Amino acid sequence: MPEVALLKIHNLACVRDDRVLFEHLSLSLCREQMLLVEGHNGSGKTSLLRILTGLKMADEGEIYWHETAISESDSNYYERVIYVGHHDGVKRELTCLENLRLVQAMGNPSAIDLDDALEQVNLYRYGDTPVSNLSAGQRRRLALARLVVTEADLWILDEPYTSLDKVSMVLFQTMFEMHLKQGGIIVMTSHHDIDMPAVDVQRLDLSL
Amino acid sequence: MYNGWIFHCDLFDMKRYSLTQAFLFLLKRDLTLSFRNRAEFANPLLFFILVITLFPLAIGAEPALLSRIAPGIIWVAALLAAMLSLDSIFRSDFDDGSLEQLLLSAHPMPVLVLAKVAAHWLVTGLPLLLVSPVLAVMLGMPSEAQGTLLLTILIGTPILSLIGSIGVALTVGLPKGGIILSLLILPLYVPVLIFASSAIEGAAGGLDVSAQLYMLLSFLFLAVSLSPLATASALKMSMG
Repeated sequence: MPEVALLKIHNLACVRDDRVLFEHLSLSLCREQMLLVEGHNGSGKTSLLRILTGLKMADEGEIYWHETAISESDSNYYERVIYVGHHDGVKRELTCLENLRLVQAMGNPSAIDLDDALEQVNLYRYGDTPVSNLSAGQRRRLALARLVVTEADLWILDEPYTSLDKVSMVLFQTMFEMHLKQGGIIVMTSHHDIDMPAVDVQRLDLSL
Repeated sequence: MYNGWIFHCDLFDMKRYSLTQAFLFLLKRDLTLSFRNRAEFANPLLFFILVITLFPLAIGAEPALLSRIAPGIIWVAALLAAMLSLDSIFRSDFDDGSLEQLLLSAHPMPVLVLAKVAAHWLVTGLPLLLVSPVLAVMLGMPSEAQGTLLLTILIGTPILSLIGSIGVALTVGLPKGGIILSLLILPLYVPVLIFASSAIEGAAGGLDVSAQLYMLLSFLFLAVSLSPLATASALKMSMG
């Protein structure tokens, strides 16, 4: 497969309260590549990810998806990206299944049956349980289930392993490897050690 | 209590949802949420009823005076009740991260905003329409004016929700946005208040009030067409 950069970051800068978090940041990501953003607390990891989703404006620079700036209206970027941030983005008053149906209605539904999707994230039989009755780790798994029930090329994940136990961490690591193998791209931050030898990982340390 | 039927959708064919489907889905989801948080959403209605029932007690049993100020009382109470309920349009979605997911949705945000505002009106504005005839009778409003009262509430309360959504979208990211919200929104509510109460007063006096009603209608169309755009951009700014 020819190495075509799908996602390009050009000369990106982010300033917060007169502190420069990062500047002159340029990099490009091809299919099957993962970008691991590292850095100490407050180094701008989340800001970088939110800029990548377009939720936050960059102070300088531009992001290109298929050679089109994501801010342009003819970019299909938002149909091709899934973001899982610090907040789980699930409604406590709704059941797991209702939450997943909403995720599908708002995004690009994949062909998977929702019960199978719940099984994949170890939440089988929790379908009709209101989210308020789930533990923090289970809520996190439900938030990550949006990776299963919708389709996208680019996954932007902010600390996906927060409050997950070891079994679930392995589970999602396998899922990430699968996604990359199928030609996807992942951008993520994590305080946990990422041990994925089979994967082409670019590391970006923002504390430097 | 957890009524799953609301979410079952026959149109489920694994393709991208059409915009109409996404709109209806979000509307249903917000209605389900408010149904499950009944206490919170009954609050504005209760406030509306309480304020209006307190007026006769405070002013005293003077039917002539009461019936003269009834349009003003009802509309001021409706306006305050609407302001009380505004924060709930986006607050919980902002806090739990659902709002950023909506902003990242493949569907255009103004349409999703319109769905949320429509749900908000159905839950907070429509009940006012249902109780106001009773309250109007209680205040001794002349029967000729009651039809006009209902019309103004039917046209006016959606305007309150639509304009209010812009203010909430601007202030939802601030820790104490409540006061700014009132200052921001109240001046924009005043025209609605003036035209609505003047229509009811005119109708009570036997006058033709179509001018005021058309004015309100034009406000409504303006708000429906423009406010979702403003709200969507304001939400994007609040996220940044």
